[in-house]
Amino acid sequence: MSVFSPATRDRFERLAASYPQPRSALVPMLLYAQDELGYLPPEAIAEIAALLGETELGVREVIGYYSMLRTAPAGRYHVQVCTNISCMLRGGEEILAHCQRRLGIHNRQTTPDGMFSIEEVECIGACAWAPALQVNYDFHQELDPAKVDEILEKYRRQG
Amino acid sequence: MPETPSKPAPAAGAPPAPAEVHFTVNGHTLAAAPGTLLIEACRAANIEIPSFCYYPKLSLQAACRMCLVEVEKIPKLQTACTTVVAEGMVVHTETPTVQAARKSAIEFILTNHPLDCPVCDAGGECELQDMTFRYGAAVSRFDEPKRHRDEQQWSPVVYYDRPRCILCYRCVRVCGEGMDVWALGVGNRGILSTILPNHQDHLECEECGMCIDICPVGALTSGAYRYQTRPWEMQHVGAICAFCGDGCKTTLGVRNGVILRGDNRDKNGINGDFLCVKGRYGTDFTRHPERLKSPLVRDASGELRPVSWAYALETITDRWRGIQAAHGQFGVIGSTRCTNEESYQLQKLARRVLGTNHVDHHRSADFPALFDALAQPAGAAARPLPQLADSGALKTAKAVLLVGGDPTQEHPLLAWNLRWAHRLAGASLYVLNRRDIRLRRQARRMALLTHGTEADAVRYLAAPQRGDPPQAELTAVSPPGDKRWPQTPPSTPQPIPGGLEEFRAELAQERDVIIVFGPELTGDAVQALVRFGASLPGHTRYIAMADNANSRGAADMGLYPDLLPGYLPVSDGAARAHFAAAWGGDIPAAPGWNQRQMVEAVDRRELDALYVVGANPFRLDPVNAATLKSCFLVVQDLFLTETAQAADVVLPALSLYEKSGTVTNTCGEVQSQRRGGSFEGAKTDLEIIHALARMLGADFGRPDADRVFSEIRAQVKGYAVSLVQLMAGRGALAVPLNSAVPHQAAPQMIRPNHDSLFTAGTLGRYSATLNAVMEKHSRP
Repeated sequence: MSVFSPATRDRFERLAASYPQPRSALVPMLLYAQDELGYLPPEAIAEIAALLGETELGVREVIGYYSMLRTAPAGRYHVQVCTNISCMLRGGEEILAHCQRRLGIHNRQTTPDGMFSIEEVECIGACAWAPALQVNYDFHQELDPAKVDEILEKYRRQG
Repeated sequence: MPETPSKPAPAAGAPPAPAEVHFTVNGHTLAAAPGTLLIEACRAANIEIPSFCYYPKLSLQAACRMCLVEVEKIPKLQTACTTVVAEGMVVHTETPTVQAARKSAIEFILTNHPLDCPVCDAGGECELQDMTFRYGAAVSRFDEPKRHRDEQQWSPVVYYDRPRCILCYRCVRVCGEGMDVWALGVGNRGILSTILPNHQDHLECEECGMCIDICPVGALTSGAYRYQTRPWEMQHVGAICAFCGDGCKTTLGVRNGVILRGDNRDKNGINGDFLCVKGRYGTDFTRHPERLKSPLVRDASGELRPVSWAYALETITDRWRGIQAAHGQFGVIGSTRCTNEESYQLQKLARRVLGTNHVDHHRSADFPALFDALAQPAGAAARPLPQLADSGALKTAKAVLLVGGDPTQEHPLLAWNLRWAHRLAGASLYVLNRRDIRLRRQARRMALLTHGTEADAVRYLAAPQRGDPPQAELTAVSPPGDKRWPQTPPSTPQPIPGGLEEFRAELAQERDVIIVFGPELTGDAVQALVRFGASLPGHTRYIAMADNANSRGAADMGLYPDLLPGYLPVSDGAARAHFAAAWGGDIPAAPGWNQRQMVEAVDRRELDALYVVGANPFRLDPVNAATLKSCFLVVQDLFLTETAQAADVVLPALSLYEKSGTVTNTCGEVQSQRRGGSFEGAKTDLEIIHALARMLGADFGRPDADRVFSEIRAQVKGYAVSLVQLMAGRGALAVPLNSAVPHQAAPQMIRPNHDSLFTAGTLGRYSATLNAVMEKHSRP
């Protein structure tokens, strides 16, 4: 039994066959798997390893290398606050502190209802519109605390 | 991990280099074959370039930055471990810039490395310690607190101390590339990088300990040895491993006569870098509390009672003289773990003193059939000699055919050499087996038999026109030597169409094949294998796989009811006369009973005395306890085995690690060793045999292994080997090929143990460490 949806499983089989070295497909597969499951549970690691003819350890090595891949669940809305240089100069650290206060959790923690998690991240490429944060794949920029409250409230309403 | 340039092909086996490359190092003009790594070329010229992560014959890493050198016309320092020598290259290895770079590299490595050398197992044999003394700065500019992590236990024998790790990845590479186990990896990145075991918090692997041996620091330590002593308090004695038939050198760490560890400190045995779980950890049987410390004699009440040596030997010889006077029958069963000298003297005692040919040992390979087949003229052309391969020949073989057996489990060194040949020499490995053995992963072709036996398949290979081929499924792996991804496992074997016919056709294209075969082949199947081997082009050589440390020696030394030393038939008058002259006494002409026949004779009350040396025959051939009472049983062993429990007299013997002498591995490589440990109360089998002979009126001389070996060299076919080679610690191949070997074919007597990596008969039962590893209990 696959832990992935049939569409994702199909996509993985195609990916695995489209490189001279099947392991070349590993990073994209991990990202798709994480999108679908929210994180990379042991069953997903085992299935991907089997698909690529890799050891589970080999897959874990890659997951450990990339900070955006995770083996524990995050919140439904994963709030990634940039504190790299441009954002830092324009108040990124205050934005991070505000998010933590507002949600009542620290960096790399998840709210008890599983709705939000916070992660301080390196540059997300939105320097021109700093400070910026990213919720899952959505960007929010030119932030101030009031704007952050609005954004979080919007996601909370979406549920 | 960084992509690394492909490794140059090893010099051996490669075609002759077109030209040499000339370059200058520190003003000396050097020459090396094109493709040579700068670090290797310098080391060959005695110019030391320090390194941590570079390890010969593993993929390149360039992680430690310790080997930086200056190369003229290249602005930045270069890593000598990844730089290939080029014509006209000018290199400097001792400039102030290079020295400063080394200081910085060590300072950087020491950022988080704890300075706990006084309590670290590696202290005294630590590469980082040595390099810091030689190249390092005395002070560090880092004053931040060091990151501490608790030590982790990954298995009963492997501990990981994360802050000590310098991330050279040698362990990761040797486990993957060398062992093909891939149980270690690297987690996280940057300063958080760490070595990971394959099951997150523990290891499931072959427990070979290669990672510990190869670790340049004390990050990986051995659970069987840690905190017991310091390296400089031990004597380091090179010994031949007492377990399987491969004859690896294990360096015993001995303190006050006690063997505290085995390891591969010198790396100069026939096994090179390699040692398996048994050779490394199995030595602890010598310290088992149940070891016999005193002779035992069964008293009137039927209990085994400790007695003095003099009393025990008197008891034996009194009874034996009585049986001799009554013309009774003697039987002698020898050991596959005693030295050649002991086996030789034991059969001499049997034949010359006790006057019996009822001599045998526990057989696990049909050596007489192989030597008989090799001696027969196969056709018009004479075959090149020698027809036997030593274990090292596998490393440079062009093609190897492996029939039966499972070297990964039963012959770890042969498996290591086969993987080496696949990885570094591009050898083509052909595997023919009923079981899906692990070496399939290196096999260019594997024929997995679905019906029939290996013997059937070999008969088909030898004579394809007769009958249908046994059915087999073929698998293939992509050709070896794909060096683009040196740090990944070999490709998964893929099924391909075809059967044994195709397998045979492909083999017929190979030249200079080495054929390695397991105990599945006996008697006429061995003959068929040799006929097939003779039909292959080039120089075909053979290795027969037998179980124990001196199985081959026991066979060579004539522990057979029908064969004298050197496979000379006892029924042959000339052979008998030869040994009668050497031994100063007559030898009975009629072939004797084999082990099973001896036990059957006990049941018929026809055997009056049985002398068992370092063997446990009643485990294989259970004896009737009632009829055994009429047979005087003497057993000489380390432990009270099933056989010893039934004995009238038990003599405590020393183990192979506690005596000097020679042993012959399964390929025929004779190696010599000096006694390592000692054990109060026990004697060597040689001392006991000589004492018994003397008390029976035959003088075998001083029980000195060297003297006996001189006699063996003079008398036993194939054993006139080079003493220089023996003294240099190398194996000398014994080739006891005669004319035909007329012998009693007894395929039912070839009874392999099929030991796993974690079992080894009696010795394995008494090794606490081998019994502690989880894999022993989780695998069949």
